[in-house]
Amino acid sequence: MITNFILAPILLHMLTAIVLLFFWRNIAAQKVISVIGNFLAFLLCLRLFWATEEFSYLIVQVGSWEAPFGIIFVSDALSSIMVVLTAIISLAVGIYSTVAINPSRIKYGYFVIFHFLVMGLLGSFLTGDIFNLYVWFEVVIISSFVLLTLGGKRLQMEGAIKYVTMNMLASIIFLTAIGILYGITGTLNMADLAVKINNVNQGLVSVTALLFFAGFGIKSAIFPLYFWLPSSYHTPPSAIAAIFGGLLTKMGIYAMLRTFTLIFQLDEFMQNVFIVIAILTMITGALGAINKRSIRRLISYLIVCHIGYLIAGIGLYTEIAIVGVIFYLMHDVIVKSNLLMITGIIQKIRETIDMTRLGGLYKDYPKLSLVIAIAMFSLIGIPPLSGFWPKIQFFGESLRSQHYILLGAFIFASFVTLYALAKMWSEVFWKESPKPLTKEIDRFARLSIYEKAALVAPVAALSLVSLSLGLNAGYFYDLSQRTAVELMNPNLYIDAVLNGNYGK
Amino acid sequence: MELLLILLVGIFYASGIFLMLRRSMVKLLLGLLLLGNGANILIFLTGGLTKGKPPIIDEAEKTFTSAYADPVPQALILTAIVISFALNSFAVILLKKVYATTGSDDLDSLNIQDLDI
Repeated sequence: MITNFILAPILLHMLTAIVLLFFWRNIAAQKVISVIGNFLAFLLCLRLFWATEEFSYLIVQVGSWEAPFGIIFVSDALSSIMVVLTAIISLAVGIYSTVAINPSRIKYGYFVIFHFLVMGLLGSFLTGDIFNLYVWFEVVIISSFVLLTLGGKRLQMEGAIKYVTMNMLASIIFLTAIGILYGITGTLNMADLAVKINNVNQGLVSVTALLFFAGFGIKSAIFPLYFWLPSSYHTPPSAIAAIFGGLLTKMGIYAMLRTFTLIFQLDEFMQNVFIVIAILTMITGALGAINKRSIRRLISYLIVCHIGYLIAGIGLYTEIAIVGVIFYLMHDVIVKSNLLMITGIIQKIRETIDMTRLGGLYKDYPKLSLVIAIAMFSLIGIPPLSGFWPKIQFFGESLRSQHYILLGAFIFASFVTLYALAKMWSEVFWKESPKPLTKEIDRFARLSIYEKAALVAPVAALSLVSLSLGLNAGYFYDLSQRTAVELMNPNLYIDAVLNGNYGK
Repeated sequence: MELLLILLVGIFYASGIFLMLRRSMVKLLLGLLLLGNGANILIFLTGGLTKGKPPIIDEAEKTFTSAYADPVPQALILTAIVISFALNSFAVILLKKVYATTGSDDLDSLNIQDLDI
C-alpha cells in the first residue's frame, strides 16, 4: 500500500527535537515534552506495525518519484519489528532518563540529541535506498558522538576517541562500497540493485559484499573490530549506554540482514566467512566477560559475545536460522537495554558498579531484585524465558548443517553467559555486603516516589516484555517465521517495490 | 584522466590508513580526512567520467539520445562532503577537548580506563 504514514514516527521525533530546542535550559518542560513525544511516537510505531501486518508492504515514494529513480521508504515485516523495538526502548529509556540523567547534561541538550538519534534509527530501519541508509547511519552516529561525549569527563573522552574513529572508518568503508556498487549497477534503490546485480561482474560483487560486511561489522562490533565497544560503552551514563547497547549495534545487524538477504546472496565462501567470524566473536566476547569486575564492562563484553549468535544465524542462511536471528534480535534489544538501565539503578543505590564492592542487594531491595532477576535469567536463556527459544533454533540448525565447531562455540558462549551472570547475581545480590548500606550511600532511597517510579517502571516494563516474549513464544515465533519467509524470498520485496504488487 | 584519478584514490586510501595507524592524534584526524576525500573521488570515478555532455534534454527530443554526464554521483558526493564536514569538525573539537583534558597527543596514553577491569 502506498501511504505517507510511514514517515509519521520519523517526523514526530524530529518535531519533538525541534520543540525541545525552544525550551533550552528549561529542564522541567524538556522532560515533559520528551516523554509526550516518545509516547506519541510509540503509538504511531505500533500503528505502523499493525498496518504492516495487515498490508505486508507499506511504501512511500518521496516526491512521487517512482521506485528506481527516487528515494523510497518501505515498511516490511523486519522493518516494522525494528521500528517497534526502537519505540519500546526509546520510551523506556526516555522515561528513565528524566531522573537518571543529571540536570547539567539535560541543560546541554541531552533530550534534543536523544530524539535526533531515535529519528535516525527509525529512518535507517525504514529506508529502501542504500545511499539514504548511509545518510541515516550518519545521523545516528553524529548524535551518538554527542551523547557519548556529553559531560566531558576524562573517561568519556578516552572512550569517545576510539568510538568516533572506528565509526567514521566504518562509514567510509560503507561509502566506498556504495560507490563501487553504483559504479557497477547504476542504481541505488535496494530492490533495483537486487535485480541488476545478477547481470554484472560477480568478482566485483563479492568484493563489494565483503566491504559491506566490514563496514556493518565495525558498527555491530564483530570479532577483530569490536575493541571500541567495551572501551567506550561503560563511560557514558547508564541511560545513554542503554540505548547504545540495545539499538546501535543491532542497527548494523539489521543492515546486514537487509543487504545479505536482498542484494547479495550468501555463497559458500561468504557463509564460511560469517561463521568463522561468528565463532571468534562469541569466544573472544565470552572470554572478555569472564574476568570483569565492573558490571557495565561485563555487559559490554556480553553484547559482543551475543552479536556472534546473530552473525552465526545469518551465516547459516537457512530459513530456521533466520527465524532464530529475528527472535534473538527482539530478545537481545530488550534485555541488553534493560540490564544497562539496571546498572544505573545499582549505581544509584551503592555508588559503585564494581562487583567486589557490591553485595546484599537482595536483602535491601528484594522486590527490585526479582525484577532484575527476570532480565538476567532471560539473557541466560533459562526455559521458558525469552533467550531460550531462539537458541534452540541456532543449536538445531548448526547441528543439522554439521557445523560442529559452531555448535561448540554456541554452547561455550551460553555457558560463559550463565557463569558471568551467576557470578554477578551471587556477588551483587546474595553476597554479604562489604560495607552496610547507609543513608549517605543510598541515593536511591532519598528520591521521591515519582522519581523512584521513573527509574523502576521502565525496567519493570522491559522485564515484562521479555517475560511475554518467553511465555508467549508461539506468537513471536510465528512473527519471526513470517519475517524470515519474506527475507528468504526477496522477490516479494522486489515485486512490491518495483511492480507495485503489495500482496494484499 | 581515469588513470590519474585511480592513482589518486589509491594514494589517498593508502596514506589515510597509514596516518591513522600512527600514534599522534593530529595524524589520526588527517588520516580520516584523506580517507573521506578518497571515498568521494572514488564515487566520482565509478560514476563514469563524461566530458562536456551536460544532462540536459534538447527541446526537440523527449529522452536522452546520446551519452550524458550522470548527475547522481555528483549529488552523492555533495551529500557525502556535507556529512564528512560535520563529522570532521566534530572530530577536531573532540581531539582538542581530549588534548585539553589529558594533556597528551599520544593515543597510546589513552588507555587508563582499559587497564581497570
